[in-house]
Amino acid sequence: MNRIIDEITSVQLQSGRDNFKVGDGVRVHTRVREGDKERIQIFAGIVICRKGSGIHESFTVRRMSAGEGVERVFPVHSPNIDKIEVDRESVPMKARMYYLRDRIGKAANKVREKRLLDQITK
Amino acid sequence: MLYTLIGKKIGMTQVYDEAHNLVPVTVIQAGPCPVVQVKTVEKDGYQAIQIACGTRKEKNLSKALKGHLAKGGQQTAESLCEVRGENTCKVGDTLTVAGFEGLKMVDVIGMTKGRGFQGVMKRWGQQGQPATHGHMMHRRPGSIGMRQTPGHVFKGKHMPGDMFVAQRTCQNLDVVKIIADKNLILVKGSVPGANGGEVLVRSAKKPALKLAQKSA
Repeated sequence: MNRIIDEITSVQLQSGRDNFKVGDGVRVHTRVREGDKERIQIFAGIVICRKGSGIHESFTVRRMSAGEGVERVFPVHSPNIDKIEVDRESVPMKARMYYLRDRIGKAANKVREKRLLDQITK
Repeated sequence: MLYTLIGKKIGMTQVYDEAHNLVPVTVIQAGPCPVVQVKTVEKDGYQAIQIACGTRKEKNLSKALKGHLAKGGQQTAESLCEVRGENTCKVGDTLTVAGFEGLKMVDVIGMTKGRGFQGVMKRWGQQGQPATHGHMMHRRPGSIGMRQTPGHVFKGKHMPGDMFVAQRTCQNLDVVKIIADKNLILVKGSVPGANGGEVLVRSAKKPALKLAQKSA
């Protein structure tokens, strides 16, 4: 990347945004402005995709809401994101977990969890 | 005189504004531009200033250019540009991006990327014809006129042709940020030409219309 552009964008990168990966169950705390007031809204689900780099990087969170799949794309370094909590870790077999879109019912939230994998290897 | 600088297009990226919106911007490195000549009505018949920018190796400077620059107190310059209009500049003044501080909008003038000989879809944005269902006329221009009346193809009819390198002006681009100590100006959206190409950045010539649209 161009050195000058790198200098401009690097100061805008948020720290502590590399604590999650594809397959993790996360709770994304976003700042929502309503009039003058600001409140925190939480979007919880599974990270199915993380792509791009630098200031352009984004990730997609998928959740089942009343039987309907809902996906939301966030810029990783958005100042509107307060924090990203990781509920559960997993070991994904794919970099992009788009196959979850074809699943229905219980299987839709099923990922290979790290906890389970540890037990098997022991 | 519209405040004008010679600059170089660095490239495009994105930045967050105060409202936390992700804004697409073009980074332009503009100036500093020393004034090397002031043209007056008495001497030249019109008012203007000539500004310079950049550096060139001495072996690449002609004697004529060297002498001209020396009169303006400069050793070297990559490019020169004349800005017409009433002004109070003197030889030896330096124009920098700090002069754009407080401005909402600028115009950017540059040379487009040439695209060679192109069809109507790329050159004029025409729709073309369907790709499938038995159609055999995919990217062609279609009808170019009527019959015996008027009996000729209208002048200026959009047709395939050369999309050559041409000067284009992008008017009323929002100024997103000015970084004076690095001679950088960030404008919203794209500007003509390739990265590294020379552009002119000037204070917006017709900002009124856009401002009216925005407030409406």
